[in-house]
Amino acid sequence: MDALLPSTMPNATAESKPAPPAVPAVSARGLSIFFGNKAVLKNVTIDIAARAVTAIIGPSGCGKSTFLRSINRMHELNPDARMEGEIRLFGDNIYSRDVEPVVVRRRVGMVFQKSNPFPTMSIAENVTVGLRLNGLRDKKLLTERTEQSLRMAALWDEVKDRLHAPAISLSGGQQQRLCIARALAVQPEVLLMDEPASALDPLATQKIEDLIIELKKDYTIVIVTHNMQQAARSSDFTAFFYLGDLVEFGATTRIFTNPTQKRTEDYVTGRFG
Amino acid sequence: MTAHNHHWRKAKNGLMQSLTCVCAVLVILPLLLVFFQLVARGASSLNWAFFTQLPKPAGEAGGGMANAIAGTFVLMLLASTLGVPVGVLGGVFLSEYSHRHLNWWIRFGADVINGVPSITWGMVVYALMVLPMKGFSLLAGAVVLGLMMIPLIMRTTEEVLQLVPTGYREAALALGIAQWRVISQIVLRTALKGIITGVMLALARVGGETAPLLFTAFGNAYWTHRLTEPVAALPLQIFNYAISPYDDWHRQAWAGALVLILLVSSINVCVRVLTRDRFAKRGS
Amino acid sequence: MSNPNQGKSDVSPWGDRAFKGLTLMMALSVFVLIVLIGYELAHGSAKAMRLFGWHFLTSSDWDPVNEKFGAVPFIFGTLASSLIGLMIAVPLSIATAVYLTELAPLWIRQPLTIFIELLAAVPSVILGLWGIYVMVPWLRVHLFPFLQHTLGFLPFFQGPIYGPSVLAGGIIVAIMILPIITSVSREILRSVPGLQREAAYALGATRWEVTRIAVLSYAKKGLFGAVILGLGRALGETMAVTMVIGNSPQIAKSLFAPGYTLASVVANEFSEATTDTYLSALFEVGLVLLGVTVLVNALAQLLLKTFAGPGVKPQS
Repeated sequence: MDALLPSTMPNATAESKPAPPAVPAVSARGLSIFFGNKAVLKNVTIDIAARAVTAIIGPSGCGKSTFLRSINRMHELNPDARMEGEIRLFGDNIYSRDVEPVVVRRRVGMVFQKSNPFPTMSIAENVTVGLRLNGLRDKKLLTERTEQSLRMAALWDEVKDRLHAPAISLSGGQQQRLCIARALAVQPEVLLMDEPASALDPLATQKIEDLIIELKKDYTIVIVTHNMQQAARSSDFTAFFYLGDLVEFGATTRIFTNPTQKRTEDYVTGRFG
Repeated sequence: MTAHNHHWRKAKNGLMQSLTCVCAVLVILPLLLVFFQLVARGASSLNWAFFTQLPKPAGEAGGGMANAIAGTFVLMLLASTLGVPVGVLGGVFLSEYSHRHLNWWIRFGADVINGVPSITWGMVVYALMVLPMKGFSLLAGAVVLGLMMIPLIMRTTEEVLQLVPTGYREAALALGIAQWRVISQIVLRTALKGIITGVMLALARVGGETAPLLFTAFGNAYWTHRLTEPVAALPLQIFNYAISPYDDWHRQAWAGALVLILLVSSINVCVRVLTRDRFAKRGS
Repeated sequence: MSNPNQGKSDVSPWGDRAFKGLTLMMALSVFVLIVLIGYELAHGSAKAMRLFGWHFLTSSDWDPVNEKFGAVPFIFGTLASSLIGLMIAVPLSIATAVYLTELAPLWIRQPLTIFIELLAAVPSVILGLWGIYVMVPWLRVHLFPFLQHTLGFLPFFQGPIYGPSVLAGGIIVAIMILPIITSVSREILRSVPGLQREAAYALGATRWEVTRIAVLSYAKKGLFGAVILGLGRALGETMAVTMVIGNSPQIAKSLFAPGYTLASVVANEFSEATTDTYLSALFEVGLVLLGVTVLVNALAQLLLKTFAGPGVKPQS
């Protein structure tokens, strides 16, 4: 079991961390999601802590991406989607009748598996697109926010001299960090990441993981990953999904060293997956 | 026996390759013949007078097609103001909002309308505009061409928008941008080049149309000063000159035809150049 | 649920609804256009329909002076020129499509395709101009006498040769529909899955045999759709045909005799129709033309849509 955990573990002192804030960032109660007749998530109940990194792991088809997308109501893009249960964002019910999905998505940012900076825009334009298209016009604020977001995404030094170059002129890893900057620019409360490094080489992947550890000081991060070592390295808490059920959830150290469910143990030791 | 059979099969293969090659040559032969004649008979008449002068009265030699050339450009411009907004927005609906049955019927309708003979369009606009306005007009000509452009542009716009990867839409929506802004400021912007080439193709198509203009724009021997006056157009002029009994007009018809084919072909070549990358990806 | 980044933008769904409504209206314009065309033509033909009834479709008497109108010569002319056009164009087009997709060396394919697309872009009136002054004289002096000499025992290759004729109309129609049948057929053949071809190659078939066995039989329905599409285009062809067919409202007894099509009579006589009845009769001719082409095109679209998936481009 110990072989899974790297020798330097950022989470080794989980017990000595200060107590997390009282209100969980995301809390789901009895969440079930159906696409047509197929139940993709079944009765999920979970509290995701603020200012921490929570990893969602599980084999393909277990519903982890759907769970992630339910937090910013992106699963609704599928016309056959149906949902039961409740999700609260810092106590606010994001599925209540008078809440528009657009508003939820401004509070929750998302980074996708395949980096997708807008091809017709420059680097700077990509970073600020979320702000500009939501009505923010103050040039000074936009410039400040651009630098701030690019610094937070560990990209500023590499692009500060060519902010007006087309976004697609960047490398794959840089594009993904640009997408992170773009998501951060609107100052979301929670950042969702759907396998953000799966399409990147190991060097770029390392940069993203370092970034995540930096970002969690200010943001709540929920990351879906099929790379268990990545989950073990970068997250504080881990949730294991299997065929739509939340099988086990807890501190990452415990999940990887001492899981309570047999299925969890089978998965993290590589017996299936 | 097997060797004989093999030779026979090989021979048949070679025969079919030659046969179909001959057919392909026959297919492009008319194009080559027409182009050759256009240049041979029309090029010498392309002088300054041709491009700047009005037609001379019937029977007199000389004069030009200035008003017809200008008329074609003006018609295409005005037709775009009707065809482009309606066509592009309709294409946006077909691509971005999915209702399986409705969209299928709209597409089907658009494809069927694209096959309607252009002369029937002329009759419709005649009844709609020429009769009530008691006369042929530039406006009627522009309207008939514009209406013809609508289903063309709708389908090409839809096709181009479908090529925009869904990742862009998702990323934009995840930023909390309203859907209508995602479509108009991200998706359309990404597909802009394709939409423009689609519009250019539609223009090349309607710019060469004669039949619908026969009883809407009607033609004019002089300059048109108002939207409500008849207007000369290049295809109309070519037709009228070609069937006339005057040799000089025949000569000018060839010249006009050369100008028209150059106009239409250059738009098509432009489009080809602009969409070069798309074709390279699709392969042969 | 406040967020300092809101700016001045709308949170309400009204922007989305308005935009969707606008685009929906624009898309529905297609149906408006269909209704408009049908209505105007029906409205314009009302008088003639009342006066002549079914007689319009059975009489061959087109007499504007005495206000008697029968459309049979035009129906005949349209059908004859279209059928001749199809008979010439279909084998050539499909063979060319086969050559382009299966048999031609790779370096030829793109230039050849470009040529065919250029031919598609040639306006009808230009082809008609070439038809009057180059093609028809050549036909009159070379091809037609040759045909009469060799095939003169057949009744429709007899009779005087003027030049402008039903056969000339058919040839010009063929030239006009060659590109569209070729490109649609090409798309159909390209959309045949590679697996079919591979299976045939694995059996040791020659290139032609692969084409015949794996490709052509699979693509039959789509190719038929392409042919019907070509027919629809042939029926509506106006300018080029008008310029070479002779424009004589009689049922031609021979291929060398002049004819008249539905589209041509409207093109020639519409702006000179002197009486309401005359104009209405021409509207009815247009209505017949519209009805026939819409039916044929609808059939073609159905065939093409149910054969091929999203891989086949819509054809304008």
